[in-house]
Amino acid sequence: MAKKDSELKKMKPAPFDLCVAQSVKEVVSLLKQNKGDAKILAGGQSLMAMLNMRLVKPNLVIDISRIKDLDYIKITKEFVEIGATFTQSKLENWPKLQEIFPIIASVLPHVGHFQTRNRGTVCGSVCHSDPSSELPLLLALLNGEVVLSSTSGTRIISAKDFQTGMLSTACETHEFVTAIRFPIMAKKYGHAFIEIARRHGDYAIVALAAIATKDSIKLGVGGVADIPSILELKPGDLSNLSDALNTFAWSLDANDDIHASAKYRREIVRRLGESTLRKACNEII
Amino acid sequence: MNTNYQAKKHTEKSIGTSVLRQENHALLLGRGTFVDDIPVKQGTAHAAILRSPHAHAIIKSIETHESKNQDGVFAVITGRDMVVHTDSMKTPVDTPMKHYGLAVDRVRFVGEPVAVVCAKNRYLAENAAEKIQIEYEVLKALVDPIESASDEAPLIHPEMSSNLYSTHHFKHGDPDTAFDKTDDVIDFIIEYPRNSIPPIECFGCVAEYLPETGGYDVISNFPGPFGMQPVMAWALRVAGNKLRLRTPPNCGGNFGTKLCMFPHIVVMCVASKLAGRPVKWLEDRLENLAAANSAQNRITRVIAAHKNSGEVTALKMEHWDDNGAYLRAPMPGPIFRMHGTTTNGYKVQHLDVKMNIVATNKCPSGAVRGFGGPQLYFATERLMQKLSVKLELDPLEVIKKNLISADSFPYRTPAGALYDSGNFQRCLEEGVEKGNLLDLKRNQESARKAGKYYGIGYSTAVEPSQSNMGYITILKSESERKKAGPKDGAVSYVTVSVDSSGSVSVVSESVPQGQGHATVLAQIVSDQLGLKPEEIAVNLELDTAKDAWSIASGNYSSRFAPAIGSAAYAAAVRVREKLASIASSKLNVPISSIEFAEGKIYSKENPDNFTKFYRTAALAHWSPGSLPDGMEPGIRERVAWSAPELDSSNSLGEINSELAYGFAFDFCGVEIDPITYEIRVDRYISAHDCGTILNPAIVDGQVSGSFAAGLGAALYEEFVYDKDGAFFSGSFADYLVATAPEMPKLDIIHCTPSPSPYTLLGAKGIGEGNTYSTPVCIANALADALAVEDIVLPMSPSKVADILLEDEPPPPKQEMQSNLEPISGQSLTGQGSTSIEASPKKIWEFVLDPKKLANLIPGCNELKLVSENNYSAVVNLGVGPIRGIFDAKVSLTDLIEHSEMTLKGGLTGTLGSGSGVGFIKLENTPSGTILHYSYEVTVSGKVASIGGRMLRSAAKILIGQFFNNLGSNFREKNGINFWKWLKKIVSLKK
Amino acid sequence: MKLFKQSAKHSIKFFLNGNQVEGFAEPNLLLSDFLRKEIGATGTHVGCEHGICGACTVKLDGEAIRACLCLAIQVEGRDVVTIEGLADTEGSLGIIQKAFHENFALQCGFCTPGFLTTLDHYLKINPTPTEKELREVYSGNMCRCTGYDEIIRASLEAANELLKIKTLNLK
Repeated sequence: MAKKDSELKKMKPAPFDLCVAQSVKEVVSLLKQNKGDAKILAGGQSLMAMLNMRLVKPNLVIDISRIKDLDYIKITKEFVEIGATFTQSKLENWPKLQEIFPIIASVLPHVGHFQTRNRGTVCGSVCHSDPSSELPLLLALLNGEVVLSSTSGTRIISAKDFQTGMLSTACETHEFVTAIRFPIMAKKYGHAFIEIARRHGDYAIVALAAIATKDSIKLGVGGVADIPSILELKPGDLSNLSDALNTFAWSLDANDDIHASAKYRREIVRRLGESTLRKACNEII
Repeated sequence: MNTNYQAKKHTEKSIGTSVLRQENHALLLGRGTFVDDIPVKQGTAHAAILRSPHAHAIIKSIETHESKNQDGVFAVITGRDMVVHTDSMKTPVDTPMKHYGLAVDRVRFVGEPVAVVCAKNRYLAENAAEKIQIEYEVLKALVDPIESASDEAPLIHPEMSSNLYSTHHFKHGDPDTAFDKTDDVIDFIIEYPRNSIPPIECFGCVAEYLPETGGYDVISNFPGPFGMQPVMAWALRVAGNKLRLRTPPNCGGNFGTKLCMFPHIVVMCVASKLAGRPVKWLEDRLENLAAANSAQNRITRVIAAHKNSGEVTALKMEHWDDNGAYLRAPMPGPIFRMHGTTTNGYKVQHLDVKMNIVATNKCPSGAVRGFGGPQLYFATERLMQKLSVKLELDPLEVIKKNLISADSFPYRTPAGALYDSGNFQRCLEEGVEKGNLLDLKRNQESARKAGKYYGIGYSTAVEPSQSNMGYITILKSESERKKAGPKDGAVSYVTVSVDSSGSVSVVSESVPQGQGHATVLAQIVSDQLGLKPEEIAVNLELDTAKDAWSIASGNYSSRFAPAIGSAAYAAAVRVREKLASIASSKLNVPISSIEFAEGKIYSKENPDNFTKFYRTAALAHWSPGSLPDGMEPGIRERVAWSAPELDSSNSLGEINSELAYGFAFDFCGVEIDPITYEIRVDRYISAHDCGTILNPAIVDGQVSGSFAAGLGAALYEEFVYDKDGAFFSGSFADYLVATAPEMPKLDIIHCTPSPSPYTLLGAKGIGEGNTYSTPVCIANALADALAVEDIVLPMSPSKVADILLEDEPPPPKQEMQSNLEPISGQSLTGQGSTSIEASPKKIWEFVLDPKKLANLIPGCNELKLVSENNYSAVVNLGVGPIRGIFDAKVSLTDLIEHSEMTLKGGLTGTLGSGSGVGFIKLENTPSGTILHYSYEVTVSGKVASIGGRMLRSAAKILIGQFFNNLGSNFREKNGINFWKWLKKIVSLKK
Repeated sequence: MKLFKQSAKHSIKFFLNGNQVEGFAEPNLLLSDFLRKEIGATGTHVGCEHGICGACTVKLDGEAIRACLCLAIQVEGRDVVTIEGLADTEGSLGIIQKAFHENFALQCGFCTPGFLTTLDHYLKINPTPTEKELREVYSGNMCRCTGYDEIIRASLEAANELLKIKTLNLK
């Protein structure tokens, strides 16, 4: 039975069952049983607000924040893997961050606020797939991967396949993100990050991140389209960027909202795209 | 014993010093008592309000049965109940508009209360509210005040003859002659945006119906003016003494915005009556932003007659003051409160002012710190800036030329305000000097050299304080005024008492919101009695059943320092005189030689001849018989103070609307990044003369707080509606409030004071000045920086781009171009085409087949035929995790067989509602068909209010799915598809 | 695994300002409401319930977090510190509170709990903050009364005071 026009808004979560899970195994079996009517709660910095506003009304909320096995960061030769309950502030304070991923170190202070980073998880931000979020942008820019677990095991997909649209991902209802991986870049690289927002900590109107090695440069843009978008270039392209950036800016089908026009967003991509790229390139010279 | 007593001590007054606040301890320890902290009676119900998702709609039906039967629900109240139990709430304007606090038969703004659910707790109440089913018929919404005021506009209130609550025309002096004789005129239109200053604590009340008396008992953070108490009592059909209002000890900010929330008190009183138990309602933030209050957005046409030298000789203004969907008393007060100061600090003698008090389908207007001043001074100060540009003069020179001279106080403005004291020129000079304007000019020079946009803005503001209760009468005609009897003055109550142990208590009705009233009252009283401020206990909770209060009581219009301060001083003096009289007989010295200091009362000729303060006080309690002849026993002095200068209006509607007039002079430098257009206020200087300063740190706090609000109005805060009245600023993610990193450096300058001759301490109000001066000061700086005439606030980088960016580079040549720009407001429009490997005939037949059409509609399983080419369906739609079930209506019209059709759709559901129109044209090609489409989508309700960012994406995705579905049914041909094109060139999608 | 059924109340034991307390909560009850309505700790204030205004900030296991974005059940067995837990001894202001008092860093006091708990945590991470750092940390706290300058001044002073005490203790 459909509802007729109902309320404008509410500020308390609708009822749900809450499961405080102790292991990944528990979570995946619950997900399988509940067939899409369950939501994963890690740090909750996006989900809780949506629950409070009753934008999301799951029957079951699975709290994974107490699964100790997911609270980790590890380095392998190829990548740094971050578990699902590892918070943004833990990453911010990870001693090796500056050395291995200076770009992430420079971006984290822009992610939400001090208090939300204390609880918000790195994986949660990626899962939420907000077009203006900085972490999904970085994961895409750095060719990161997402580890998904389900009763049939784990699968690993690339960040670019993971993010499918505004708040939408390739995560199926029977699986959940247990980790993300940032590949360690073999070569020395330069980086840059610039964000335009109305206020400190706001949704990015435009976020630009660039990395550059001797033979490739990449520009990532968030906040403009529904998902982060990446422009790949060769160092030789630097001499005449304006056409490439204009094509790129138009390709994003920029969003228009009360904070900025699509035209402004495109213009920032054109204007700051070049300086962001140059800043990244200058770091390796 | 007392040999070390120093007589000079008594001259050490606490007034004028930054005494630490006595309010702080409780607040810092988490022991403040705000409205939601007060325990409620057992069995109290908690209310949730169901609100309209539409800007304008007929309520066709409300079904509350299921909601009432939910667990823990005590009552569900609708507008119909309000009509039975209350009378429409009165406003100062004689208007046939009806307002019952809950919508009756029609909703008129997004967020309008439609029903109240009372349940065991808020969570259950919200659950049950979701079960209420309402059917709406959406009407055209009016959002532009000029359009709404036109004769052709459909009526928002059918009982009114137009959408004008009222119109007024004032002429003061001889404007017609002045305009005839003028050198030149300047003519322009300004727009002031919709905004508010939402406090961090929302509104709350606990209302209890008392069947034993038929009355009501209410605790609420309603801040007054308590002239609204009789308005509530009238609505509830009870005598004033049957409606008891009480305020909690603490209030978490107000800034005027809680004033017009009183209709909710009336609603909750009825809810209590029907639920048979006390009802508690706390406004939540989303309700607060959508539906509490908004300052009037205003359009003003300004025509000024001026000399070529820059002096303005006469002013014409026509205002369209947007008061939204209902008029709630004391609205439309702000425009009238500031009418006396229409000429600001300028010596203009001739005025012609037209006021259009307009209804629109937006949140009803309310009081917001500044109360009409930000809108008015936006006109006067933009005038000064524009005039300086026109005449190529320094803006500061133009201001100076026009300012009232220092020797003309008290000064009567053409509209009737009596400026008590001031020296505006001196304030300017001190501001320029101490604020280092030269330094700012150097910054400007170097910034401009570096290719940056840098402007300097100036503004001045006469800051009125302590409203005359009579000013609202000027909106009546002379005969109506006569009939209603005189209205003037403003009564302030302060009671000072000394108990038998000699400790002093102060009670008043100032209903503070955090300004530090208790501290300042303690300063005023302790100074008179030779005590320390921290020895004085102050209680400012108001109880209309027991305390002295007046219609003027409450927290608004910067009344504390001029009015409550005066009453406190007068009451303290009376206590002092009484104690002095007792002491004089005891010490055997004349009263004139009695002094108070350090807890003693003594002879100033011989300080050793003293009595302890507490002993003297005790005598009045313990031994009335030993008091001087005729003296009343006990020590409790209650002063009711009203200034004689607040007289009633003359026949022309001229009135001294306020008692004391302070002055602010601001200037600032604003820099705009030439690349990103980000706006940075380089430095902001605010010079104030608020007469005698009672507590400098508290004054600074008022200045910096109102500055923050003014900065917000200039650069961040706005209630955004689209042309259909959908509301887009329903969360703090979209209604932006400046936080610490956004605040520029503020230099506060206290000018040489011009104490008010009409207030007992010489103090004037200081609460509102920067809400007047700051928005327009920044606007003037922006106009200077960008060299443009029109500045519409709040200014953002994107809006700067609208001004500076003419043409952007065209998109690269592709097979298809994106054209998804909204044409107007927030509605979404777009167009495109897609190539389909089928003949137009086949496509036509496909779309006309409801089973097949159902497959095209995202989230739809089945279309039910309502009538020919009209279908209904239930669809499950959403973005990511945010999903909802919607009732959908689909119709196909304007059919030209095998060629054209219009597809209309409407959706309603718990997340909001939307409607769209799509035009489809089929073009026959050798290989099949090219389908051309264009669409327009509008969305309202919850998702629009709090998830505006998602809307465009959602609409885009849904429409994309529709046409992709269509295409894939006929195996779509090579890549002309817009959606694929989009994704193709973004490497993320390979 | 623990399953908490909806519409039923479940016992929650946790540490509030150092004392073990127990309360009952339904799964969808927010920590902010739980502290205020169930436990009676009304010092924590609710300003927006969508994680932006910062008024409800409390410390959970030492870290400043939004109580409106946390479920009551999630604090089972954990340490919660609210504004009520920041005083030195019963009734006397702690160092941060004193600095706020002396610098007029509050007016209505409604947002104050969030500023205090945030600062209390932040100064443990960064005992010598600059003004810029403090402003950025406070980007997650809204105040409508003060305009923030006094709050920044008080916070710098509190940091200084705490450093002084630390140095004294080391000596």
